[in-house]
Amino acid sequence: MVAQGIVQVSLVIANGLRAQHNTALQVRGVMTAGAHAPLRRQPRAPVRMKPAPFEYFAAESLAHALDLKARHGDEARFLAGGQSLIPAMNFRLAQPAVLIDINPLPQLDGIEAEGAGGMLIGALTRYRSLERSAQVARHQPLLAEAVPNVAHPQVRNRGTLAGNLAHADPASELPAVMLASRAILRVQSVRGERRIAAQDFFINLFTTALAADEMLTAIELPALPARSGCAFIEVSRRRGDYAMMGVAAVLVLDAAGVCVEARLACCNAGPTPMPLAAAAAALRGARVDAAAAADAAELARGEVDPPGNLHASAAFQTHLVGVLTRRALVAAAGRARANSGAAP
Amino acid sequence: MKTINLVVNGKSYTREVEPRMLLSDCLRHALGLTGTHVGCEHGVCGACTILFDGQAVRACLMFASQAQGHVLRTVEGLASGAGQLDGLQQAFRDTHALQCGFCTPGILMTMTEFLAEHPAPTEAQVREALSGNLCRCTGYQKIVEAVMLAASRSRHAATGAA
Repeated sequence: MVAQGIVQVSLVIANGLRAQHNTALQVRGVMTAGAHAPLRRQPRAPVRMKPAPFEYFAAESLAHALDLKARHGDEARFLAGGQSLIPAMNFRLAQPAVLIDINPLPQLDGIEAEGAGGMLIGALTRYRSLERSAQVARHQPLLAEAVPNVAHPQVRNRGTLAGNLAHADPASELPAVMLASRAILRVQSVRGERRIAAQDFFINLFTTALAADEMLTAIELPALPARSGCAFIEVSRRRGDYAMMGVAAVLVLDAAGVCVEARLACCNAGPTPMPLAAAAAALRGARVDAAAAADAAELARGEVDPPGNLHASAAFQTHLVGVLTRRALVAAAGRARANSGAAP
Repeated sequence: MKTINLVVNGKSYTREVEPRMLLSDCLRHALGLTGTHVGCEHGVCGACTILFDGQAVRACLMFASQAQGHVLRTVEGLASGAGQLDGLQQAFRDTHALQCGFCTPGILMTMTEFLAEHPAPTEAQVREALSGNLCRCTGYQKIVEAVMLAASRSRHAATGAA
C-alpha cells in the first residue's frame, strides 16, 4: 500500500511545524541543515512566492478529480481546506507537482443521516459545519466535544475532517476520535470504492492506507449504542494548540449500569492514534466508578510509551494519559448513566 | 500563469498570477492592499486574516486563484470612506487596543465575523474567538475591551437606548 503523505518528515521537523514560538526560524534552521533545499538561496522574483511551482487543476467533478489523481499518483495532492497542506507547501516540506482542488465540488460537502443516529460526513465538510450541526451535537457528541479543540476559528472555517484524517498528524485529536467512534472511511479511485476501518487507516505519522490514486471521500460514523456516554479531553499549552495529550472515551452500559463496551483512544502518544486496549478491556463487566476509572488510568499509563516533544516530555505525556483517561472515564460514565435514565 | 478575477471590498480586480501565489501575497503585491499583514505564513499568527464570503480565513493558507468567484473583504474595506473608522475600529482607538498595529487588521477581520454572529458576547467568548490571532504588544486586555465596547455600542445603537 503506497503511503499518501509527506515522506521523510522527521519528528523534529514535525515538532518544528507545531512549535508556536520562533517557528519559522527553528524550522528553517532544521531545513538548511538537513535534507531540503536551503530557503535563502531563492532568486528574488518581482513578487515573492513561497511554495514550489505546481500545476493546478480545479476539479470539475469527482470523476475528473479521481482521473487526475490516477494519472499523477503520488505527484498530485488533493486540496480541500488546505490548513495542513498549504503550511507544509509554504515551508516546502511538501512539493506536490500537481494540486487537484476539490473545493469546487459542493456535492462532497455535507452531513447526512444514515439509519438511526449514524451519519455520513462528506470529504469537503468543514469543522465549522460540524461545530454548528445540531445533528452532530445530538448523535455524535464525542466528535462535537473534540472539534472545538482543533486549532482556531479561522482554521475551522476552512479545514475539513477528511483532510485532517488524510494528513494523519499524530498530534491531531480527530484520528483518535475516529478510533473511538469506530469510524469507517470511504475511499474512492478510478478502480472503485473501498471502506477502511479507522483502526486500519492510520499507518504511521503522516501516512495512511490511501493508495496513490485514492481520495478519502466520506467518513461513516456509526450510531452510538443506547445507554452510552462519551468524553473527549485534552491538555494543550494554549487553546487551539496541538494536544500535549488527548483521550477519547466511549462507554456503553447495560440495563443494570454495568459496562458492556469500553473504547479508549489517545493522540500524540506515538506515530498513529493509539487505542488503550488494556484499560478498555479492564472496564468490561465492571461498574465504572471512581476506583475503576483510576485502575483503568493506571493500565493506560502502562500501555503507552510516548516520544515526548517540544511541549511535553515523555514522562509528562505518560502522566497525562493517566490523568485524562481517568477524567474522561468519569465524565463518560456519568453521561452514560444519564443517557440510561439513571442519576449521573 | 492564469488570469483571475478577484472581488475585494466590492471592487473587481483582474490579474495574472501563478497558481502558487498565496492570496496574502496577491492582496499585498498584486492588488496593493497592504493592510493585510504577513507574520508567519504557516497559519498560526492570524496577521493575514481576511473575510472570505463573510468568514475569517488565513490568507496565507489559500492560493489567489482559489479566491476567484468569492467575496473578499480586507481591513481596507471596513470603514465607509477615507478618514473614517467603522464601529470596531473606533472602539480600538478609544480603548488604545493597538500599539504597533501589526496584528490589528487580522484581529479586526476576525472580530468583524465574530461580532456579526455574537452581538452580545461574554469576555470569555471574545478571548476564545481571539485565540487564532497573536499580539506581541498589548497583552490582549485592551483588545478584549475594544470588542466588548464595540458590541455594546452596536447594541445600544440598534435599540436606540442611551
